[in-house]
Amino acid sequence: MTAATPVLHRTQAATARPTEHKTPIGRIGAHVFLIVMTLLWITPIVWALYTSLRPYNETSKYGYLSWPRNLTFSNFTNAWKQADMLHYFWNSALITVPSVIIALVLASCVAFVLSRFSFWFNIPLLIIFAAANLLPQQVIITPLYRIYLTVHVPTFISSSGLLYNSYAGLVVINTAFQVGFCVFVLSNYMKSIPHEITEAALIDGAPVWTRYWKLTLPLCRPALAALATLLTTWIYNDFFWAIALISSGSKRPITSALANLQGQYFVNQNLLAAGALITAVPTLLVYVILQKQFIAGLSLGSSKG
Amino acid sequence: MVSAELTLSSSPATRKRRRRGVRTLSGRDIAVLSAMIGIPLLGVLFFIWFPAVATVFLSFTKWNGIGGIKAIHADGVQNYVQAATNYPPFWPAVRHNVLWLVVFIVFASPLGMLFAVVLDRQIRGSRIYQSLLFLPVMLSLALIGIIWELIYSPNYGLLNNVIGRNGTHNLIDWLGNPHLNLWAVLVEACWRQAPYVMVLYLAGLKAVDPTLREAALVDGANPWQTFWRVVFPVLRPINVVVLVITVIESLRAFDLVYITNGGNNGLELLSVLITRNIVGQVSRIGFGSALGVVLLVISLVPIVTFLVFQLRQEKRR
Repeated sequence: MTAATPVLHRTQAATARPTEHKTPIGRIGAHVFLIVMTLLWITPIVWALYTSLRPYNETSKYGYLSWPRNLTFSNFTNAWKQADMLHYFWNSALITVPSVIIALVLASCVAFVLSRFSFWFNIPLLIIFAAANLLPQQVIITPLYRIYLTVHVPTFISSSGLLYNSYAGLVVINTAFQVGFCVFVLSNYMKSIPHEITEAALIDGAPVWTRYWKLTLPLCRPALAALATLLTTWIYNDFFWAIALISSGSKRPITSALANLQGQYFVNQNLLAAGALITAVPTLLVYVILQKQFIAGLSLGSSKG
Repeated sequence: MVSAELTLSSSPATRKRRRRGVRTLSGRDIAVLSAMIGIPLLGVLFFIWFPAVATVFLSFTKWNGIGGIKAIHADGVQNYVQAATNYPPFWPAVRHNVLWLVVFIVFASPLGMLFAVVLDRQIRGSRIYQSLLFLPVMLSLALIGIIWELIYSPNYGLLNNVIGRNGTHNLIDWLGNPHLNLWAVLVEACWRQAPYVMVLYLAGLKAVDPTLREAALVDGANPWQTFWRVVFPVLRPINVVVLVITVIESLRAFDLVYITNGGNNGLELLSVLITRNIVGQVSRIGFGSALGVVLLVISLVPIVTFLVFQLRQEKRR
């Protein structure tokens, strides 16, 4: 009945399960279904890739649905240079990296308290955090927009002196919005760690901070890694906060900058495809290298009990 | 089940030990604990819950954002009346949000579940299928909108070229025609939602005790019966999570329609209307808040469902 740990380890046990179906028809049916669906599913991506690799003059002459004569990477280099994509990637990094780190630190603190102490406020606290992540962003955007225009911050944090239209503002809202989910996942995970480990430290008289930092956090590495992967992808992919809370296009992270770049620089389908695919590179890297972590993170959030 | 009983029987002892843990805290420990909870709590209260409550308050007022807080004055339920009777995009937006939800529930989620069930049968190459199907979940919705423009574009798009409707006279404008575009965008949304649901169910299915299925097989149940009568009920926690995610995601829907045409001309959604009323030249804060409250009230249904379910599980532990 523990929440998170079994999910990470259970996969090995599951592979030992004997194949259920004995009929070859069932097996063939399953393969046909999956092949058809998979082909259907990757068509948009393959098509985007194909379009992006073809020179514009060729597609304008023969149409987009035609056999290739030449394939080129020039659309990628052109999109990259013309739209100054490096600049927007840098914006994304400035927003994503601090958000992920701060969210995980804060969430693990709360989760530690929730899982290691029985205070009367544990349940209300869990509700406050878990529910915050479930609200649609647009429910809070109206007052938040005013808050961002009102709250003054030192100019070394935001050059305008306001949270509005600043990287710091986006870091703050991304952190605040994601921290609830992390609290929920991490507190479940910590509850599955045997108490004996931290209890032993208590006898030695270890202070709370040591129990958190030196004893609990290292044991949470798998969950933290999974959450970091998930959060990086989610915050990098965020569109809404940056559209609503950043007014100058040059400060927007790459995902929401796409809305402007689309018409301005990506003037034909080939460039548009190339530009779009470039923005997918970071998430595709995560997909190739850290897919297991990503899926584990998603599963941690859902398989409870 | 055994582990559950164990936790139950040992819980009084654990509780006593934990309480002692609280009592032995030093002053410094209490300060550290307060900061560990206090800082994140203040952040979430100020940036999430305060705006959520303020939306409700502001929805009964009139304010164009100029002249500070003193310029806010009460306006009763005027904003709601106006939204329902004198704001043409309101009802279409509500309809579109409902349709979004219905499509997710009757199409995307069952399809995702079907993917998971078929993949869970340990057939050869199941990892490859899974990885490829999963790809859209990694992509941002803005990017998905653009990738699909390459499919739907009237002249250059793959779809019209394949079905031969790319001539000047027989063009189908998938994303421009207000009778078609919502459906076209919903296909994009399902393209991402179905594999998302698939991953959740795959994790759930792997956790199902294999002896349950074996018992059902021994009792002569066919795979169909085994799934619906034995496996599906065990998946209840996942079903709740999927349902909650489905409702929330369909209320949050914004990116796809915004990147496609800014959320106009057949693609109105509540989220877009809210944003339009506060960001930009005309700021109608009371009115935008009223629309936000509509969204809030609907979203409270899945949120409360989720919390009640989770807390009940917590107690059972």
